[in-house]
Amino acid sequence: MALSGVEIFKLLPKTNCKKCGHPTCLAFAMKLAQRQASLDLCPDVSEEAKKVLGEASAPPIRPVVLGAGDKAVKMGEETVLFRHDKTFVNPCAIAVEVKDTMSADELNAIADQVLNSEIDRVGQKIRIDAILVSNASGDAGKFEAAVKTITAKAPAVALILSTTDPAAAEAAVKVAAAGKPLLYGANESNAEAMANVAKTHKVSLGVAAKDLDGLTALTDKIKGLGVEDMVLDSGARTAKEILRDNTYIRRAALKKGNKSVGFPVITFAQRDDANLETLIASLGITKYSSIVVLSSIERWKSLALFVLRQNIYTNPQVPLQVKQDIYKIGTPSNDAPLLITSNFSLTYFIVSGEIEGSKVPVRLAVLDTEGLSVLTGWAAGKFTASKIAQFIQESGIEKEISHKELIIPGYVAILSGSIEDKLPGWKITVGPREANGLPAFLKARTN
Amino acid sequence: MAFTAPNETFAGKVFAVDAGLDKKIVFGGENVLPFHLFEGSVPNRPVIAYEIQDVPPADWPETIRKAYDAVSGDPVTWAKHCQDKLGAKAIALRLVGTHPDRENRSPEDAAKTVSDVLAAISVPLIILGSNHVEKDAAVLMAAATAAKDKNCFLGKAQEENYKTIVAACMANNLKLIAMSQLDINLSKQLNILITQMGFNKENLVTDPMCSALGYGLDYTYSVMERIRLAALTQNDVTMQMPMLADVGINSWKAKESQASEEDLPIGGALEPRAISWEAVTACALMIAGSELLIMRHPEAINAVEKFIDELM
Ligand code: B12
Ligand code: SF4
Repeated sequence: MALSGVEIFKLLPKTNCKKCGHPTCLAFAMKLAQRQASLDLCPDVSEEAKKVLGEASAPPIRPVVLGAGDKAVKMGEETVLFRHDKTFVNPCAIAVEVKDTMSADELNAIADQVLNSEIDRVGQKIRIDAILVSNASGDAGKFEAAVKTITAKAPAVALILSTTDPAAAEAAVKVAAAGKPLLYGANESNAEAMANVAKTHKVSLGVAAKDLDGLTALTDKIKGLGVEDMVLDSGARTAKEILRDNTYIRRAALKKGNKSVGFPVITFAQRDDANLETLIASLGITKYSSIVVLSSIERWKSLALFVLRQNIYTNPQVPLQVKQDIYKIGTPSNDAPLLITSNFSLTYFIVSGEIEGSKVPVRLAVLDTEGLSVLTGWAAGKFTASKIAQFIQESGIEKEISHKELIIPGYVAILSGSIEDKLPGWKITVGPREANGLPAFLKARTN
Repeated sequence: MAFTAPNETFAGKVFAVDAGLDKKIVFGGENVLPFHLFEGSVPNRPVIAYEIQDVPPADWPETIRKAYDAVSGDPVTWAKHCQDKLGAKAIALRLVGTHPDRENRSPEDAAKTVSDVLAAISVPLIILGSNHVEKDAAVLMAAATAAKDKNCFLGKAQEENYKTIVAACMANNLKLIAMSQLDINLSKQLNILITQMGFNKENLVTDPMCSALGYGLDYTYSVMERIRLAALTQNDVTMQMPMLADVGINSWKAKESQASEEDLPIGGALEPRAISWEAVTACALMIAGSELLIMRHPEAINAVEKFIDELM
C-alpha cells in the first residue's frame, strides 16, 4: 500500500543534508509520496528503508509484458476501478486460440488472419495481440510442432503456450523463448516444474486455480520459487464468475494492498455461440481482464471488440484530438474544394476517411474545438462563425487557392449566413449532414 | 492462504419499477453495482424492449429493416409479431411519424396508434415521441390519454418539455422516462424538477442519453457508472431511478451497422457486424448500470438475453 509522506519521512536519515536537491528530508518525503521524485536521489538512505519503500512503491498490479519487440503488449499497472476516476492504463490484449490438434494448414490460416488483423482507427493501430496455442492433444511433440509452425509463420506475434504438462512446456518454450511467450498452466500439482521452466527460460507464468483461495496459495508458492511475472486465472468461466473474480481481484489489489493477486488477469471467453462469445469478451474488456481469449477472430467480431477496448481505455477527461491545420487529402489543385470540420479525432477520421474513399482531392480545414465533435462544438460555442472566420483568415489559405468557397457540415447549416458576414467575399456552401454523404456530394461537384 | 473477499455494501438502492398489467415487468431494485450478486441483492434482471414504430421503417438500414419486412407495414402486426413470435417481454413504440420533418402525423393519429397497439398486446408498452421537443409535448399528451391506467411508460421528457409530459403522466396514471444530455448533474436536476411537480420518484426512469459503440459510448458508459455510484454510495434519492439505454436507434446509425463489406473490408460481413454492434453497445451499458434497454435486432436481443442468463 502507498505510504504517506510522514511515514516515508520516518525512514529517511533526517539530516536535512540537501544532497537530494530538496531543502529537507520532509520535503523530499512529500515528493516521494506523490511519486514525483525517486528514492535514489538520497545517497544516504539505509538498505532497510530501501526495502520497505521499494515494496510500498511497487505498483499494486504488477506490470507484465506479453511478447517481445515492437508488438509486445504491456499488461497490469492499473490504478483505479472506474474509468471516470483516471484513464485505464494498459488495454486488454485480445488473443485467439489454436489447438495442436489442428493441421499445419489450419494453423497457418489462423496465423495469417492474425497477421492481417491490423486496422487503423482514429489514428491508432490496433490488431489481434496474441495467439494462444493449446496442448489439446496432450502430446509434447505435437505441441512443440504446432508452436514451431506458428512461430515460423508469425514470428513477431506474442504467444501464450497453454499446457499443464511440464515436458510439453519445456519443449515448446524452448522453441519460442526469444519471443517472450506467456507459459500458461501452472497449477496445484505441477507448480514446481512449471515455475522451473519459466525461470530457466525467463518467461512469465500463467497460474490456474479453481478459486481465489487456491489462486492466492498458488501465487504465493510460485513467488517463493522465484517467479515474479505471473498472470492469473481464478478458474472463472461463466460471466457471473468472471465479473465476481475480476472485481474481487482488482479491489483486493488496489484497495487492500493484496500482493498475492496483484497481477494481470486472463479470461477465457470461448463459446460455441459467436455472438455470446463477443459479449463475454466485452465483459472482460470492460471489467478488468488483461487478456481475453477468443475461439475465432472473424473481422466483425474483432472490430467490435477493438472499438469497445478503445472506448473503455480512452482518456475520459480529454478527447482524442488532431492539430488545427488545413490538411491536404490527395493532391488538391488550387481550385479543389475546401471543407471545414472539428478537431475531434473521431470526427476528423470519419470525414477524412469518406473523402479518401471518394478519390476527390480536397483541402480539409480542421478547427480546434478542444476535441469536441461538430455538433457538440457548436452547442458549446467552439464551432462558431467567428472562430471559423478567424481560422480561415489567419491560415492564409486565401493566397493558396484560386476560389473563395467553404463547405460546412450540414448539421451546422444555420451558421452559413453569419460566416458569410464575417468572411467578406466568401461563399459558404452547406454540405451533407452525415459524412457518408460526402462522396456523392463531392463527385457531383466535379462532374 | 485464504483470500479475503473485499465485499462492498451500500446504504443506497435502486428503485424497483414495474410496468404493464397482465404480463408485468419489474426491473431495478438492486442494492449493489450491476450484477454484483456476490455481495448484495439483485432481485430483477434487466428488461429488453423490442422497438417498433408508428410508420414503416423506410429509414432503417437494410439489415434491420429486412428482419421485419413482412410485419412492419403496420404497428399492430409488428407489435404482435414481436410479442408472439419473438417472445418480446416489452414493446417500445416510437412515434417517429409525428416528427414535422417526417410524416408529421397528428397527436390524434398517434393516440389512435397507441390504442390499437395496446388493444393487441398483453406485454407492457413504452411510448416514445419523435424527439422533437415541441411536437412531443402535444403528441405524448394525446398518447397518454389513450394509455390511461395501462401502466405504460411515456417519454421522453426533456428539460424543455417536461412540464406537459409529467402532467400527462400524472393525469393518466403512467410512468415516465426523462432524458438529459450526457451529464450527471443535468440528469439529477431533471429528476428533481420532475419530482418537485409532485411526480412519484419511484415511477421514473432516467435516460442519461445513449450513444453507440465507437460514437460516444465512452461518455454514456461513464455517466451511467457515476449515476449508479451516486445512488449507492451517497444514497442520493434523486439518482436512484433505474436507467434506460436506447440502444437500437443509436447503434443502427453507426457506419459499422450499414456499410457493406466492400466499403468496410476491415469490418468483415455486414450482418453479424451490425448485430454485434447493437449487442456490444447494449452489453457495455448494462454493465455500466442500465436495466431497461430498447433494441431492434432479434439476434442481438437473444445474444444479450443469453449473456444476462450467464450473469444472473
Ligand atoms: C458524446 C457527446 C458529447 C460529449 C463530447 C464528445 C465530443 N468529444 O465531442 C460530451 C458529454 C462532453 C457532450 C457535451 C455536450 N453536448 Co453533446 N453529444 C454527444 C453525442 C452523444 C455524440 C457526439 C459525437 O461524438 N458524434 C460523432 C461525431 C463524428 O459527429 P460530428 O462531429 O457531428 O460529425 C458528423 C457530422 O457532423 C458530419 N461532419 C463532420 N464534419 C463535417 C464536415 C463536412 C464538410 C461535412 C459535409 C460533414 C461533416 O460527419 C460526421 C459523421 O456523420 C451527441 C449526440 C449524437 N448522437 O450525435 C451529443 C450532442 C452533440 N450534444 C449536444 C449538447 C447540447 C451538448 C451540451 C451543450 C449539453 C451538455 N451536456 O451540457 C454539452 C456541450 C459541451 C461542453 N459545454 O462541454 C447536442 C447538440 C444539440 C444541438 N443540435 O445543438 C447533441 C446533438 C445531443 C442532442 N441530441 O441534443 N456531448
Ligand atoms: S539527501 Fe537524504 S538525507 Fe539528505 S536531505 Fe535529502 S533525504 Fe534527507
